Amino acid sequence: MSFDVETVRKDFPILDRQVRDGRPLVYLDSANTSQKPRPVLDVLTEFYERHNANIHRATHALGEEATEAYEGARIKVAEFIHASAPEEIVFVKNSSEALNLVANVLGWGPRAVGPGDEVLITEMEHHSNIVPWQILCERTGARLRWFGVTDDGRLDLSNVDDLITERTRVLAVVHVSNVLGTINPVSLLAERAHRVGALVVVDASQSVPHMPVDVTTLGADFLAFTGHKMCGPTGVGVLWGRRELLEELPPFLGGGEMIETVTMERSTYAAVPHKYEAGTPPIAQVVGLGAAVDYLRSIGMDAIAEHEREITAYALTRLAEVEGLRVLGPTEAVDRGGAISFVVDGVHPHDVAQVLDAHGVAVRAGHHCGRPIHLRYGVAASTRASSYLYTTKQEIDALIDALHAVRRFFG
Amino acid sequence: MYQEIILDHYRNPHHRGLREPYDVEVRHVNPTCGDEVTLRVKLDGTKILDVSYDSIGCSISQASASVLTDLVIGSEVDDAMAAHEAFLALMQAKGAEVGDEAVLGDAVAFSGVAKYPARVKCALLAWMAWKDATLQALARHGGEPAES
Repeated sequence: MSFDVETVRKDFPILDRQVRDGRPLVYLDSANTSQKPRPVLDVLTEFYERHNANIHRATHALGEEATEAYEGARIKVAEFIHASAPEEIVFVKNSSEALNLVANVLGWGPRAVGPGDEVLITEMEHHSNIVPWQILCERTGARLRWFGVTDDGRLDLSNVDDLITERTRVLAVVHVSNVLGTINPVSLLAERAHRVGALVVVDASQSVPHMPVDVTTLGADFLAFTGHKMCGPTGVGVLWGRRELLEELPPFLGGGEMIETVTMERSTYAAVPHKYEAGTPPIAQVVGLGAAVDYLRSIGMDAIAEHEREITAYALTRLAEVEGLRVLGPTEAVDRGGAISFVVDGVHPHDVAQVLDAHGVAVRAGHHCGRPIHLRYGVAASTRASSYLYTTKQEIDALIDALHAVRRFFG
Repeated sequence: MYQEIILDHYRNPHHRGLREPYDVEVRHVNPTCGDEVTLRVKLDGTKILDVSYDSIGCSISQASASVLTDLVIGSEVDDAMAAHEAFLALMQAKGAEVGDEAVLGDAVAFSGVAKYPARVKCALLAWMAWKDATLQALARHGGEPAES
């Protein structure tokens, strides 16, 4: 099936919106959250209208249907990232919770880190892949270290031998940077980390929605991503983990559904993945995520990745025309995702975004939950335009026109 | 929202730069965007002798700091706190109020900012820093904090 962006756009009702006095919406904030296609919206409505019940416990028809829909979504998500079994898929709230889960269960139990151990991250991580590791190190006495980045927005691997050592117990790295757009060489790093026995945790929030991801070849032990950035609802994220690790590690949240048996003194835990899904999960949202996976597969992840590469290349070329504009991160669409952060000389990112908004162009301004990487490039904040499968070249043109208006206004 | 008054203050900020002497220095940040202000207050009893600041931020936050200093330097703490209250109310009015120019001076130009919830924090950054510093300075002098 050939990819046609205009056909894709018809699936997203919100893209017909007008904003700010009748201007057509130009939505360039998909790295923040994606828009939702009609099939996902329909599945959500249908679930609530026809099948709503709690799962795994209701002994009635609706309970069975809801359970089947929920567990069916687990199978879809597992297939989507080529997990070896649905049991390797743990539904959580978002990527942040997935990463916190892993950091938490490495604080105690058979793989607990401690003094003398090192946790290795990178300077381009989202706060959600920094702070949980800082907390883990504070709790356990382990030491936090990180890869720096080069001036052109790539990981600086020149000191890899100094950083990945026998002391390294965890390598946590972002697959595609939400600020720089950089696609990191995860497989290469994972291979190095595994050689010293470290666990590899990958933040795939900006990769799974945008390109084919295969956990059997990526080299990760854990992978975190979130539903709302991949055409699914908010409130549901995914932790994929190698089954033997999920079985070996202790639980995270205690409560209903995660137990096998409970006495007043102690409890035993349910088998994975339920061991990690305490309490009533976001049932409709999980079902909606399953529909999002169906939708993305119907379009094809290769086609989506190729479309975004074209859009990104076009956007980078056109942004280079804007005087006084500097892109943070790679300036060519090579090993690069569709999030493009930039600064405009003499104009604060908030002001850039405000003027763009007045033109109907939705972008994000701020540090995008990546303060350290902004400081690395000597700025407090940036403006970020980010694309997805529904983004058109005309929308990039609208961004460029509005950026010229920014320059005129504040010039 | 970008009133000419705001842009004027942004391009030519008043009372900018950190000055000696001062009683208290505070640093406030806007955690969502990374905007920062370092602000100093010098009191003489209940009179505000000086407010100096250094800041990184958008036009709204910069202009707002400039307007604040125009308004409060040389005035009584009570009057300045009243202006602070009025500005806070204006920022929370979602654009439905125009503000009292007699109390707020140039700060009435920010009424349009209140229509954009994401920007209200920018406008309030320096004001919140000033209140914090002033209350600390009063406490240090053993003075009574103004009603707030």
